[in-house]
Amino acid sequence: MTRAGRWFGRNLVMMVAIVVLLYLFAPIVVVMLMSFNEPKSKLSYTFDGFTWDNWQHPCRPFGMCDAVSTSLRIGLLATVIATALGTLMAFAMVRHQFRGRSATNLFIFLPMASPEIVLGSSLLALFVSSGFGGQLGFWTILIAHVMFCMSFVVVTVKARLAGMDTRMEQAAMDLYANEWQTYWRITFPLVFPGILAAALLSFSLSFDDFIITNLNAGTTVTFPMYVWGSAQREIPPQINVVGTAMFLLALLLVVGGELTRRRRTR
Amino acid sequence: MSAVGQLGATTATPAPPSEPKSGRRLTAYLLLLPGGLFLLLFFVIPLVTLLAASLYDPNGSIENGFSMTWHWQNFIDTMSDYARPFGRSLWYALLTTAICLLLGYPLAYAIAIKSGRWKNLMLALVIAPFFTSFLIRTLSWKLLLSDNGFVVDALKWLHILGPDGRLLATTSAVVTGLTYNFLPFMVLPLYASLERIDKRLLEAGGDLFAGPFTTFRKITLPLSMPGVIAGTLLTFIPAAGDYINAQLLGTPKQRMIGNDIQRLFAAGAYPTAAALSVTLMAAIVVLVLIYIRRAGTEDLV
Repeated sequence: MTRAGRWFGRNLVMMVAIVVLLYLFAPIVVVMLMSFNEPKSKLSYTFDGFTWDNWQHPCRPFGMCDAVSTSLRIGLLATVIATALGTLMAFAMVRHQFRGRSATNLFIFLPMASPEIVLGSSLLALFVSSGFGGQLGFWTILIAHVMFCMSFVVVTVKARLAGMDTRMEQAAMDLYANEWQTYWRITFPLVFPGILAAALLSFSLSFDDFIITNLNAGTTVTFPMYVWGSAQREIPPQINVVGTAMFLLALLLVVGGELTRRRRTR
Repeated sequence: MSAVGQLGATTATPAPPSEPKSGRRLTAYLLLLPGGLFLLLFFVIPLVTLLAASLYDPNGSIENGFSMTWHWQNFIDTMSDYARPFGRSLWYALLTTAICLLLGYPLAYAIAIKSGRWKNLMLALVIAPFFTSFLIRTLSWKLLLSDNGFVVDALKWLHILGPDGRLLATTSAVVTGLTYNFLPFMVLPLYASLERIDKRLLEAGGDLFAGPFTTFRKITLPLSMPGVIAGTLLTFIPAAGDYINAQLLGTPKQRMIGNDIQRLFAAGAYPTAAALSVTLMAAIVVLVLIYIRRAGTEDLV
């Protein structure tokens, strides 16, 4: 084989990987680009001209910012509740021996393994048949979101707990710390990154959910529902502003987190 | 950021057994109680209700209420009416899973084994799409695949697509969108299981005169099977129930079962919609069980 041929052989996987990454990124680039779009007609979804206008007036499309704020409120509440309940369950699963453990494991895994349309329709069936069919809205969405976020929290926190060295806690106990002190001084700080990751995951799952929400929302409109609705009529370029802003914010969080982590380990 | 990474890692591995601490059983039950109750109330009971609703008299309406008539006929009726979108959903999900595996494996392999100091960056890039709403991203595929977009132009220039060929509103568009949406769910568990492989095993393969291809076939691939199984399931299941890609990128000809379930629920035809939903869930459970049996891994959870 020639030298070029060998280089090619060695780096083939990497090149394929980079192409696949480009595939993953193409739509994000489009979203960013379209946030500066000045559409000629209301229905057009092509890049017609550059403008700063959408970023200066993000709330111009009627109802969009209300939808964003609804999604933020539901996302925050669902995250807090799901993270609290899920973390408790994760502690039980990893730190305690009890009967029915593998059944519980399966029970927690099942919501993640069910298609969203089934989860959403079964909740709707429950709400309707128990007489809450007329009250679909904020609270029913919140319940749905807590339900599907919880399993993801359990799994994420469980992973962190399972990888933890229990000798740290034993050492604390040997040094006459009581259980409570051990928990708050040792266990909690060590699990905290896992809990934080679980909370971030919950929030992004909740903020992004459409299929389950759409079935249980009644007349309440979340941001994904707003996007869906506008896709049937006209697509305001401002939704791309929200998309880009979310992306940049998350990126900032990640990069910031990584930098603090590096500084700490140094 | 590592949230999804950890998720991938854990779906692939059972948690290692921890220190047994008996005698604190009560605490365990107390910790499980609130979350367990919530799941019972809003996951298990709804599923039972859905099953019940699928047996209601289909002649009822929201205004007059539905009566329980054990109408098993619902299942036969829906299956004869919706067999095509149903089969299409499973077919699209299968195609999506296969393409995701084909694209995701090299990517996961590159990140886990070849990336060196770029590992964290590449992982972050895989997770990054999650940061913007997937609906908006799916909408942008509409632009990328549009009739005068550069993808269509390029394919026409290469004569892969005929002069009147188009991508938007075809099966390819729907499958492209589905693949795009669920690719990270394939890559992360694959990465998690590839990452855990002891690299010395790969060197040993080389030392024993196995070519790179044999090493891959005999060592890497078998050791990454838990990731393959977790990844294919995490792709197949949500893809089978999706209707967003079919709606935004396809036409009624690409309608999937999710479209029908959603439409029927919105129209208030609960018994039919519930029967379809139950059938979908049952089909998935059966397929997954057969698959896991065949693949020989039962400790997936």
